[in-house]
Amino acid sequence: MNTEGSPVHAERNRLSGNGLTLAYDDRVVVRDLDVVVPDGSFTVIIGPNACGKSTLLKALARMISPRAGGVVLDGRDIDRYPTKEIARRLSLLPQSAIVPGQVTVGDLVAQGRYPHQSLLRRWSVGDERAVTEAMALTGVADLANRFVDELSGGQRQRVWLAMVLAQQTSIVLLDEPTTFLDIAHQYDVLDLCADLHDQRGQTLVAVLHDLNQASRYATHLVVMHAGEIVATGPPADVVTAALVAEVFGLPCTVIPDPETGTPMVVPTGRAGRSGAQASVSATRGTRPSTT
Amino acid sequence: MTATWVLRTGRLSLRVRRRAVWMSVALLAVALAIGLWTLVTGSYRSSVGEVLAVFVGEGRRGLTQTVLNLRLPRLAGAALVGAALGMSGALFQSVSRNPLGSPDIIGLTAGSSTGAIVAILVLRGGSADVAAGAFAGALLTGVLVYLLTSRHGASGFRLILTGIGLSALLVGVNSYLITRADIADAETARRWLSGSLNGVRWEALVAPAVLLAVLVAGVLTLGHRLTVLETGDETAQARGVPVRRTRIAALFAGVALVGVATAVAGPVVFVALAAPHIARRLTGAPGPGLVPAALTGVVLVVASDLAVQRVVAPLQLPVGVGTAALGGLYLAWLLAGELRRRP
Repeated sequence: MNTEGSPVHAERNRLSGNGLTLAYDDRVVVRDLDVVVPDGSFTVIIGPNACGKSTLLKALARMISPRAGGVVLDGRDIDRYPTKEIARRLSLLPQSAIVPGQVTVGDLVAQGRYPHQSLLRRWSVGDERAVTEAMALTGVADLANRFVDELSGGQRQRVWLAMVLAQQTSIVLLDEPTTFLDIAHQYDVLDLCADLHDQRGQTLVAVLHDLNQASRYATHLVVMHAGEIVATGPPADVVTAALVAEVFGLPCTVIPDPETGTPMVVPTGRAGRSGAQASVSATRGTRPSTT
Repeated sequence: MTATWVLRTGRLSLRVRRRAVWMSVALLAVALAIGLWTLVTGSYRSSVGEVLAVFVGEGRRGLTQTVLNLRLPRLAGAALVGAALGMSGALFQSVSRNPLGSPDIIGLTAGSSTGAIVAILVLRGGSADVAAGAFAGALLTGVLVYLLTSRHGASGFRLILTGIGLSALLVGVNSYLITRADIADAETARRWLSGSLNGVRWEALVAPAVLLAVLVAGVLTLGHRLTVLETGDETAQARGVPVRRTRIAALFAGVALVGVATAVAGPVVFVALAAPHIARRLTGAPGPGLVPAALTGVVLVVASDLAVQRVVAPLQLPVGVGTAALGGLYLAWLLAGELRRRP
């Protein structure tokens, strides 16, 4: 896992956002933000609820168009690509995926081939190979003929990942891929992502909630707070007690993870937090923190 | 992956499900069988052999007249209406991701009726004008539904709820127009409103048939995208589907198909709602299932038309009564099944 020692430059990397202002109707979520996804990295975007991290991910995949600024993919403004061409270069697994009726695992994974198909080329040898390979990598080959809506949450998430892999893009964006999974399946999905990154050299960008998971798996962290990026870099450099206190309003100690040596956040005991009432309520999600 | 046939030559490749293919062949065979039965039966008695003789130019003169100028155009009209409605229903259910997404529910049938009633009562037009009015009514209602929902992507529940509201409004307008008309005109309008294939002539089928052919060809190129679109707007876009354009194209085609069907026979209810459901159960395949839905529509309308001609003969019931009865039964059965599964 090669972490980026030198500063990352937008022009040398395939995907970046410049001066992004993102809004839903009149509510501005992200203002004038610059972000770079280092090539070959496992980038994790992290931050408290409603900080704009999913919105940023959507903008990077042209799911929403920015009010100002733009996303650059392979040296060109992303708005100048046809939708299908973007899907041949980067793929996104959104949180909103719906499982339609009567769809088998094989059918759904095969949908990842859509950007490579045309009206007359619907199921080439390459399509078949990509689907078989994606199902083998994610361990769902045995489920190929099962209906997706009969699967457990963990299996289903593997199927969605297989669909994204069948798309064979070198950049993969994942919006909270571990949500709704129990802790074992969370690590299962993250291990799978790490394998894809390490063995296939794919550039991964994921939005995650758990700081310790992010620290363990990311090679590059993007920490967001209230629509701005407050820190970027390798987890070892970025994750400090001061940053966690500032961004999440959580007093804590950061120690090395006994398994991996990566930073591990240990919240301060209740006694130590008694002076920080406002921060405590923020971490419980009752009020967005602005400190 | 289950049981498919893969065809590959050069750069062309295709994958089809065997069950969907067999079911489509079976539906076609059933439609042809009912069609032949329709051609044989009637007040002018004839046998299968005599009717087949007509097609090789050796039929009795009277029978030849009856079959070629009365029974066959009526049958062709029924098939055309069924195909258009079945495919339209499949499009709406796929785009709205809702089993209730059908042109009957979202107000297109009512809007199409308004167009026809205006043509009958206000413009005092002939049958061609009424057909044009019905088509225009469907198109205008479609545009209105789209404008009212497009800010939110014209999807799902919003489309259906807006349509239900608009439908109620248009039904009110239709009643008002009929109440204001004199008794003879009101009777003409009322007869049109029950949906009938009585007295369909070849001349009236030419324009709808051409339109149907163009629309079907266009719609078939959308099938693949619509299947992907069913996984959600964002998921589909990330797979490279132009979501907005696909949805507009599917809605437009669905509306135009209803317009074609209504122009030929007036409002024929329940076919667009029931045909895609039945087709999906038969094929067990994901996606909109456009061809099986169209073929199921053909079977439903052709069978209903035979039933309304024969069951109470010599009285002639409108085909809409037949499809409403068949469709109603089917819907009740469907809902009962749903309730059993979720106690």
